[in-house]
Amino acid sequence: MALMDVELKVKRFNPDRDHKPHWQAFTVQAEPTDRVLDALHSVRWDQDGTLSFRRSCAHGVCGSDAMIINGANALACIVLVKDAAGGNGGTITVEPIRGLPVIKDLVVDMEPFFAQYRSVMPYLVNTEDPGYTERLQSPEDRARYDDTTKCILCAACTTACPVYWGNSQYVGPAAIVNAHRFVFDSRDQAGTERLDLLSQRSGVWKCRTAFSCSEACPRGIKVTQAIQEVKRKTLFDRI
Amino acid sequence: MKVHRHSYDAVIVGAGGAGLRAAIEAAGKCRTAVVTKLYPTRSHTGAAQGGMCAALANVEEDSWEWHLFDTIKGGDYLVDQPAAEIMCREAIDAVIELEHFGLPFNRTPDGKIDQRRFGGHTRNHGESPVRRACYSADRTGHMILQTLFQQCVARGVNFFNELHVLDVAFVDGRVGGVVAYDLATGDLHVFNTKAVLFATGGYGKMFKVSSNAHTLTGDGPGLLYRRGIPLQDMEFFQFHPTGIYKLGILLSEAARGEGGILRNQSGERFMERYAPTVKDLAPRDMVSRAIQSEVLDGRGVGEAGDAVHLDLTHLPPEQIDAKLPDITEFVRTYLGIEPKTEPIPIQPTAHYAMGGIPTNVDGEVVVDPDGTAFPGLYAAGECACVSVHGSNRLGTNSLLDIVVFGKRGGRAMVDFVHSTDLPDLPGGVEADVRSRIQSLVSGSGGEKVARIRADLQAAMTEKAFVYRSEETLSSMLATLGDLVSRYAEVTVDDKGPTFNYDLTEALELGYLLDLSEALVVSARARTESRGAQFRTDHPLRDDANWMRHTLATRNGDGTVELSYKPVVTGDYLPMERKY
Ligand SMILES: Cc1cc2nc3c(=O)[nH]c(=O)nc-3n(C[C@H](O)[C@H](O)[C@H](O)COP(=O)(O)OP(=O)(O)OC[C@H]3O[C@@H](n4cnc5c(N)ncnc54)[C@H](O)[C@@H]3O)c2cc1C
Ligand code: SF4
Ligand code: FES
Repeated sequence: MALMDVELKVKRFNPDRDHKPHWQAFTVQAEPTDRVLDALHSVRWDQDGTLSFRRSCAHGVCGSDAMIINGANALACIVLVKDAAGGNGGTITVEPIRGLPVIKDLVVDMEPFFAQYRSVMPYLVNTEDPGYTERLQSPEDRARYDDTTKCILCAACTTACPVYWGNSQYVGPAAIVNAHRFVFDSRDQAGTERLDLLSQRSGVWKCRTAFSCSEACPRGIKVTQAIQEVKRKTLFDRI
Repeated sequence: MKVHRHSYDAVIVGAGGAGLRAAIEAAGKCRTAVVTKLYPTRSHTGAAQGGMCAALANVEEDSWEWHLFDTIKGGDYLVDQPAAEIMCREAIDAVIELEHFGLPFNRTPDGKIDQRRFGGHTRNHGESPVRRACYSADRTGHMILQTLFQQCVARGVNFFNELHVLDVAFVDGRVGGVVAYDLATGDLHVFNTKAVLFATGGYGKMFKVSSNAHTLTGDGPGLLYRRGIPLQDMEFFQFHPTGIYKLGILLSEAARGEGGILRNQSGERFMERYAPTVKDLAPRDMVSRAIQSEVLDGRGVGEAGDAVHLDLTHLPPEQIDAKLPDITEFVRTYLGIEPKTEPIPIQPTAHYAMGGIPTNVDGEVVVDPDGTAFPGLYAAGECACVSVHGSNRLGTNSLLDIVVFGKRGGRAMVDFVHSTDLPDLPGGVEADVRSRIQSLVSGSGGEKVARIRADLQAAMTEKAFVYRSEETLSSMLATLGDLVSRYAEVTVDDKGPTFNYDLTEALELGYLLDLSEALVVSARARTESRGAQFRTDHPLRDDANWMRHTLATRNGDGTVELSYKPVVTGDYLPMERKY
């Protein structure tokens, strides 16, 4: 396949040098089927070693490389250059996800995001001793929370949410997705305790159903639907 | 560089499945720090797809003893049989425990954990394939990683995220500390500790076509090797038959477990010729060689005729959506192919390190042929070599290994720290790390990390892959000599302290080079073919001379010295490996 030339415009920031972020353009040669991540690598490896971005798996399962590509949140490793650039000579813009403090280039501080995740009891609570065998769960009960088990904690949803941009206290879609995974697990017994946490001021009721999160999710999770289901559950189960 | 000092009873390096399972074991029992260069949920355990084996017998008759037999035969008899017995017996409890931790396994109609077929797993000593793999769609590793991380959150485990461990300090013949580089600040951290458990995962990034993450660079084995700890069975590296053409992204064996078929250019189901009984579900080493043979005989597909097809088109579309959703999506994303209607071009991909840091069944690192444990030093997971996989790991046995031996290692480490005092750590243990970093940042040589790494990966894939010989391995050693000299001339572009990945990639490359050398030297000395190592100049297994594990030790002058220790045998005598 013929190589194509693309312009990669990256929003850069180096805390040791810059007062504010600035754009820098690189020309990169890429196979059309290369990932945007490959294009970023070709900058770091061949042109400018100071370009910082996180990555690990390179195929959309570790959640390291959420960024804004052409204005929309995505994982750099599952967007292909030909789709992002349009065609030969096209431009791809890349910037850090919004709502979390930028540390350097495309690297943001993920700690607030993980703190919100930790705040919703994202683990199975069940105090009964099941003995030496598995707890039974019907395929239907298992299917009830299947969608939200796919989450890779990439933060694409939370950092696409206009409510979150305006209020960093809001737990955000990703934390609710991870709560949903347990709220609808027939084995879980945390019941009202987790739901109480979620219905606090910074919880599910901050959601304005903008659907930005569902569009952003690289795992195809129906994030908005999950949030709606949790909202309904907090209403009906707690009275 | 600023230095921060910490003191803990125990340090766990790595937060994949093995490190997290060890952390759960230590939680609440001793002061433990988990130090990891990635956020825990970014670890490559999350990429594992197919399943984790245990003879639960939920869907058909099975026994841990059959699992043991398959593991030993699959490993081509280089398996230490008592260790494998522990793994196969404890597998059942390990799966049940994960279920209790909340793991969302797929279920049978009556609500039990469902099981499916996987390569090399059979009923009654090879009679026919058996359904032994417990799974969660094709994201079993993701669910294991998430579940273990959730349990760590519940227990308040103390994580140091994005700290890159670069050295270990020994004091009077025991562990005294570890040295780490802080990615966010460029500062150094010295942990004074009684014990350290390495769980840093694999090192498949020494090859060009690989299923491994960019970050799998063998840091744990690499830094211990430099401190004189031997590495075991490095010549045995698994090439998984079904990587996406050119990219190496894995398409799990579960695809064949669900009924997928390998076909050559003429559409022939060629595995019928190589493994008449289990066909496409033969162990990985055999399938990878069969693919290479088809390719070499001109029956391949793809641009350069160097691939074959994985055919899923005859499977019901609902089954593909329910059981193989992720991997079929990878095919759509990266190849633009619809796997329900078109065959998928695949080729062998570097996948799994059987070799690594030698340990006993309690995760203690053993440093000589007599099995002498090094006080305070532990390892578990893919970076360790117990050896339960021998010369070829069976699919689903690694997720099992990391959980079983992560737990055992964690438990033994807790016992150890309760029996001993914190050693005095002399000042300046970080000097070596400091000088390594300074020479990379302020050097004047013009070599670039990416070029050297690309050359290493290309050469290793050409000369130390599925087929090897004295000639290719010697040539690889010569290449390594050049690459190592070039590495000494590396200077990084980024001189700053903040998220300097230019620097960490350079440090990682250093380990890849050292481990490649250990692999090639070990492989060249082993003049036989066994499991994952196939020598075209020595095509047969040689039990009279080679029922032994290789130990590669790096001398002070940089030369590699080999020694050997016998395989711990048991009830199963070596026989010809037919499937
Ligand atoms: C694509 C793929 C699919 C697989 N599918 C299966 C399967 O279906 N069944 C099966 O049994 N096996 C499978 N395997 C194998 C199995 O997943 C791995 O062997 C296993 O998950 C390794 O776990 P680990 O905990 O040892 O390492 P990892 O999960 O790789 O974790 C390594 C950890 O070490 C840390 N680390 C590394 N270096 C440093 C350092 N210098 N300082 C600090 N921290 C460091 C990292 O941050 C990370 O947390 C698969 C492997 C791959 C690649
Ligand atoms: S729900 Fe989707 S977008 Fe949000 S963190 Fe999880 S995987 Fe990422
Ligand atoms: S690098 Fe892992 S999700 Fe992109």
